[in-house]
This record gives sequence, C-alpha cells and structure tokens, in this order.
Amino acid sequence: MKAVITVIGKDSVGILSKVSSSCADVGVNIVEVTQSVLQDMFAMIMLVDIEKSTIELEALRERLDKVGEQTGTKVHVMHEDIFNSMHKI
Amino acid sequence: MLETKDILETINMIDNENLDVRTITMGISLLDCTDEDIDKASTKVYDKICRYAQDLVKTGEDIEREYGIPIINKRISVSPIGMIAAPCQSKNVVKFAKALDKAADTLGVNFIGGYSALVQKGFSSGDYALIESIPEALDVTNKVCSSVNIGSTKAGLNMDAVKMMGKIVKQTAERTADRDCIGAAKLVVFCNAPEDNPFMAGAFHGVGEADCVINVGVSGPGVVRAALAKDGNGKSIDEIADMVKKTAFKITRMGQLVAKEASKRLCVPFGIVDLSLAPTPAVGDSVAYILEEMGLESCGCHGTTAALALLNDAVKKGGVMASSHVGGLSGAFIPVSEDAGMIAAAKRGTLDITKLECMTAVCSVGLDMIVIPGDTSAEKISAIIADEAAIGMVNSKTTAVRLIPAVGKKAGDELSFGGLLGTGPVMPIREGDPSVFINRGGRLPAPLQALKN
Repeated sequence: MKAVITVIGKDSVGILSKVSSSCADVGVNIVEVTQSVLQDMFAMIMLVDIEKSTIELEALRERLDKVGEQTGTKVHVMHEDIFNSMHKI
Repeated sequence: MLETKDILETINMIDNENLDVRTITMGISLLDCTDEDIDKASTKVYDKICRYAQDLVKTGEDIEREYGIPIINKRISVSPIGMIAAPCQSKNVVKFAKALDKAADTLGVNFIGGYSALVQKGFSSGDYALIESIPEALDVTNKVCSSVNIGSTKAGLNMDAVKMMGKIVKQTAERTADRDCIGAAKLVVFCNAPEDNPFMAGAFHGVGEADCVINVGVSGPGVVRAALAKDGNGKSIDEIADMVKKTAFKITRMGQLVAKEASKRLCVPFGIVDLSLAPTPAVGDSVAYILEEMGLESCGCHGTTAALALLNDAVKKGGVMASSHVGGLSGAFIPVSEDAGMIAAAKRGTLDITKLECMTAVCSVGLDMIVIPGDTSAEKISAIIADEAAIGMVNSKTTAVRLIPAVGKKAGDELSFGGLLGTGPVMPIREGDPSVFINRGGRLPAPLQALKN
C-alpha cells in the first residue's frame, strides 16, 4: 500500500531530512519526492511505500505530526487511493 | 505520479472547506423479525440490528483513520416498523422504538431511522398504531427517527394521513417542548419517499432492498462555494454549472471509495452513494452561500429558485458518472436551521416560507427544519404538508416536510437544537384557515403523470 505525505509550511533548514529519516526509522520507503518553495512557503509531497513499515498508518501519522510541530509545518499522511479516485478517471 | 496541485486541492478541501463523508448508513431488513408477541418481535429486532451492525462504527472509524477522510456519522436504517408491527396483537408499538434506541446506544451509532409507515394509498393495521405512537416514541427515545410517506405520484395523496400528520407533528413538538421541541426535528412527512436514502431523519430500509446494504451520503457545500469563489468571477452561467459539476464529481468519487471500502470490510453489498449537498451550521458549509456566491445578494431574493435549480441539476450530473450507483435524494438540501446562510437570510427577512416552498420544486427534498410559531393549528400544518406533497406528486420528485412548531414562541424568537440540527428562527406562516379543506379527508387522486404504463 502506498501513502502520500504532504508537508506544507514556512521553509527552514532540514525539513526534508527530518521527515525522511523519520520515515526510514520505521521502514517506510520513499518512492518519489517533489518539492517546491514559493517565496517562503515550502511544499513537499512524498509518495511512500508502507508495505514494510514496522508501525501502523495511524502511528506513522502521529510520528510525522511531531516532526511537523518541530519544524513549524503541517504534515498530512493520506492513502494514495483518495487522490487516485478523486483526480483520475 | 499524482499532480501536486491535485493533492493540495484535496487536502485543502478537507482541511479548510469542510469536505466530509456525511454518513455511512447500514440498511437492515427486519421483515424476518415479525411475531404475534410484541415483546418477542422487539427482541428479534434488537438482536438482528446488533448482530448485523456490530462492526459498523469501528469500520467507519478505521476507514476514517486510514484514508484521512472525515466520516461524520455512522447510522442505521431499518424496514418501516409499521409493517413489522402489523402481526403484533398488542398495539403498544413504542416498544419497537425503545428496542431501536437501545440498539443504537449499544452500537454507538448516532441515529437510527425507520420508525416509519408507508401510507400513500391507505393504512394497513400496523401503520395506524405506529403513526399514533410517534409523539410518544420520539419523546421517550433519543436516537430514533421517524418518517411517514403520505403520497406518491403513482398513488396520489392520502388526505386522511395528511390530516393526521398535522396533529402528530404538533403533538410531537408539545411532548418535547422542554427540549426545544426536538422530537419534531426527528419526524419527516414524505411524498415519493426514496427507499435507499442514507440521510436522517427520513432514512428507512425499503421493502425492495436486500437483507442488508451499505449506503453512503457525501457532502461538501463548502467545497462547491470555494470553487465558485476562487474561479467564478466574471464567468457565464454555463461555466458556473460546469464548475459545480466538476466539483460534485470529485466529492462523489471520494464517497464511492468509502462506500466500496466499507462494503468490502463489512461483507455487506454496496447500495448507493447519495450525492447530496448537505449543509451544516458551520460557517462556510452552507448551500445558501453557494447561491449567494453565484451572484444573489441574499438567499431568498428573486433569482434564488433559478440558481438552486442550476445547482441541484449540476450536482446530479457531476456525481452520476462518479459512482456506479447513485440514489437516495441526490441534490441540494435546504434545511433552514442547519444552514448558516439560510438562518441569516431568514433573520434578514429575505427568506420566508413561501419562497422556500418555491425552492422545493427544484431542490432535492422539501420544507426542511423550519421552525414555525407554536400556536399554528394542526390543520395549517396539514395544509403545509399537502401543498408540499402536491409539488412532489405532480413533479414526480421527492418532497418532504420537517416543521418544528416552537411551543410558546412566536415569529422572531429562536429555537436552538445544537449539533448538526442547528438554530432556527421562528418563521411566520401565511394567514387564512384551511381547516375545511383539510377536514374533508379522503384521497387526492393521482395526477395524469401517474398513468405511464
């Protein structure tokens, strides 16, 4: 199963590294990353494979929420299917 | 890879524009729960509901967590109790209401619908007792919702039932006067009631339905309004209709995903997705604001009916391709007390009951959550029901009436129900006495539209 992690907020040093190491520590594999910085706003979208994750999706969400708090960003973790069903026919 | 803008759009819809799945409703047939002994029958009802729906709330919460989509309500609809009560020797039908309420408490669902009777052409033995018991049933229970279908395009209007329902609505409000007349907010009088509607208070499990089904109601007036606010400036009406269609498509796809997932996990067949724009009292989650975003100064001013017709139609057209089975009410709801924009318009005086009646000719339901003065006569309530049912009957559409007579209050006062039911200003109704017409009784013949065969 794949999930989409989005990180939105004010840009600061090390956001990407903190989110990706937080994923790696629990066996979540990053498949694709896109990021953009518009003025001061940082928007990163990660497609991750959670097949081999050592924790449940809910726990991953809580874990990444904490990273969001530390970095002053808003982090969402959502099932890939939502975006596929809403935006692809 | 998914497009960045699509991902951000979805997240924005959920975070800021109140996009949610309004309800997962499990429909359960109780046709195999009948018994001559009413106590045995209500035990069978309780047991079957608890057996079938034991995982409903947990499954809803699991899907909500895993997918990150808010699923606001988990509900149950059952076969019309009027039919289940028919074989019982005792006519103390309230026992069924208590059994339903107990089941709802045990399972943790927030409403259970189906304390209902279908009397569009006449009363069968259980129906009469059921209707008579509605005021007590809605007084002594918290989660039970009741509906009565008093007419259809095929059958015409049962004017004896119309007459009866005026009294029942009034009595229900009076019995719950100490709780802001909340009983009447859980009672709907239908014409052409849909049998697969997942929304309360009018949900019941139709007689042609499978033993158990999952129906899902999606929502999202806030998303439609935001789409028009963002890109609607200076656009023609065709383009506005197109924007509504596209947004409705996306919302419904999310509902379809949740419906299929819930059906798979609960091992229950998927019934329908109801793609209704159902407002909540939250600011920004209002159907009235969509109409105002289209360019009306205030909901209720001239032009409102046309704007609502556009909205209702575009929602259906957008949603119909997004789901394999669309059903229920599907369109735009206009419940006054549940819609911040409608409440504001009513308080301003631009929205009155006459304009609302016009709007119901083109929206998906009817006169919904309208608070009327407490001293309104039962005959007048019946006459409002008859008018609304006539609109539904002639136009081959569902219409419903959910009026709350505010006991001890007059026009300009306010009733507050809390939660999704909101706050309603008491709206004045028209002068003149219709009681001779209502007291005639009998059946209003079905229109020519009924003769299609």
